[in-house]
Amino acid sequence: MTTLSRRKSKYEPRQAPKDGKATSAMIASLDAEGRDTVAAPFGHALSALAQTRHDILGLSADLSKYTDLHVFAQAHPDRFYQMGMAEQLLFSAAAGLAREGFTPFATTYAVFASRRAYDFIAMAIAEEGLPVKIACALPGLTTGYGPSHQATEDLAIMRAMPGLTVIDPCDATEITQAVPAVADHPGPVYMRLLRGKVPDVLGRYGYRFEIGKAKEIRAGRDVLIVSSGFMTMRALDAAEALGNDGVDCAVLHVPTIKPLDVETIVAEASKGGRLVVVAENHSVTGGLGEAVAAALMNAGVHPAFRQIGLPDEFLDAGALPSLHDQYGLSVGSVVQRIKEWL
Amino acid sequence: MTDSSPARRGDNTSLARRAWHIRRHALKMGQVQGQGYIGQALGIADVLAVSYFHALNLRPEDPEWDGRDRFCLSIGHYAIALYAALIEAGVLPEDEIGTYGMDDSRMPMSGMATYTPGMEITGGSLGHGLGIAVGMAMGLKRKDNPAFVYNLLSDGELGEGSTWEAVMSAVQHRLGNLIAIVDFNDQQADGKTTDALCVAPLAPKWEAFGWHAQEIDGNDIDAVRAAFDTARNLSDDRPRVIICKTTMCKGVPFLEDREITHFVRVEADEWDKALTYLDGEMPA
Repeated sequence: MTTLSRRKSKYEPRQAPKDGKATSAMIASLDAEGRDTVAAPFGHALSALAQTRHDILGLSADLSKYTDLHVFAQAHPDRFYQMGMAEQLLFSAAAGLAREGFTPFATTYAVFASRRAYDFIAMAIAEEGLPVKIACALPGLTTGYGPSHQATEDLAIMRAMPGLTVIDPCDATEITQAVPAVADHPGPVYMRLLRGKVPDVLGRYGYRFEIGKAKEIRAGRDVLIVSSGFMTMRALDAAEALGNDGVDCAVLHVPTIKPLDVETIVAEASKGGRLVVVAENHSVTGGLGEAVAAALMNAGVHPAFRQIGLPDEFLDAGALPSLHDQYGLSVGSVVQRIKEWL
Repeated sequence: MTDSSPARRGDNTSLARRAWHIRRHALKMGQVQGQGYIGQALGIADVLAVSYFHALNLRPEDPEWDGRDRFCLSIGHYAIALYAALIEAGVLPEDEIGTYGMDDSRMPMSGMATYTPGMEITGGSLGHGLGIAVGMAMGLKRKDNPAFVYNLLSDGELGEGSTWEAVMSAVQHRLGNLIAIVDFNDQQADGKTTDALCVAPLAPKWEAFGWHAQEIDGNDIDAVRAAFDTARNLSDDRPRVIICKTTMCKGVPFLEDREITHFVRVEADEWDKALTYLDGEMPA
């Protein structure tokens, strides 16, 4: 059988590499050595919110332990629904509960929400603007398990859905702040989740999450990195390293992919002839990079522009740090490419 | 029973007469557009008459009253039939029949919740309705609201895997407040449902999943009424399904005799002919 796969032939024998990294667990840690972390920020934030908001419900499709919803299930067992391994039902039933006045948080992996359940989210939830909150673990490249679990195009899919607010939070601080904001938001929301031990970075910058707002985390004269999700963490580390080499990088964090904070992005990109680099944990097709490019073109702003993101491919399996190096999401890779572009 | 129970809401008009009115309203809408899923509307009219004038608890002047029984139409193309029932029930005004399918109408060709009072959900993408109904039934239980959730789905819709996710879930969550109604007319877009994807055996399949199932002639009003009464009055917490075998175009013999397809073509002069026929057959 001839196929168009770009992978190495499966019939080619391999040997164990001498310095090979072990494959990652299903949900690999994004920890860096010495970095503060918070355990299960989504589960704890939702549990805390539910103490005062009696309309909050939690729904899982057999992945509560892997989305941190189990924390909520333990705290509020009477408000947790195990829907089974049935994502189409998960979102249909969430729509039905929203119709009856509840605010359901429906959780699964990003691949299953965006690929398998799209029609159900579109027609049962988004078309009517029902307040269902879709919170999904394993966004982008956060597992080494291969394309079945790597949601490399979830933002493109969800961005294209009318009426859906799309959020890609960076860290534990942001997830903790985003949960009540998402619950208060009147319409449907798709929110990416980091789970387990989640790094805590933004707190020391005095950051406040607001839906629809981009925030400058760090100022800089030479480069403007526009980033979302955990790539803001990587961008801040890269900016630090580049600063040591005399390259001054600003970091503009854009957690809300839709609606995009066009005003802030255009204003920042218009300042002082900086190279604009968009960095995202997502395919270069259809995500933040293309959204920013369109916003700048529409505004008549044309800075030097580059994208850091995943290639438009089904990615490899392996150890997450190796994959982040291979696909250009690691700090070292970001530093190297920005130097090349200057 | 509240003061909004169907028995108190209605007068002494027979269910047969209600079904006859529903057929007439549907034919008039079809005539407006020169098309429409009239075969399905005529076929399901008896079930809708029993639903809206015997079973459902509702307040026509307050379609979102929290105590109402919810009627979820997953088959969006049956909208013409549900509009006819909602008109007959006084939820929609009869004088809007002429707007059916027109620009800016509250009655578009496919049923959508955001357009039409009394239309609980947006149908059309098949296999959605029962899952949404499951969520609504779960929500009603949480609120200790004794209302029922009905979902009218089609035999073809049983081919969607999502329907069976919902079927299992309704049992898992003990949704005795959920009543599914399957319109078994054995027609889907490409031909007979029974030639497309095996839905038989019908009742035993639902029973095997843990539902209370009844299989009836959906054009026999007494049988339909009895089945609804049984489904509503069961004392256990099994979800309930009523499989209604219906005849496409029922009530207009020259259309019934036509080669039946999913989308029955009616010539321009035949709408009046059908209405004239019905006028001569008005039940007591």
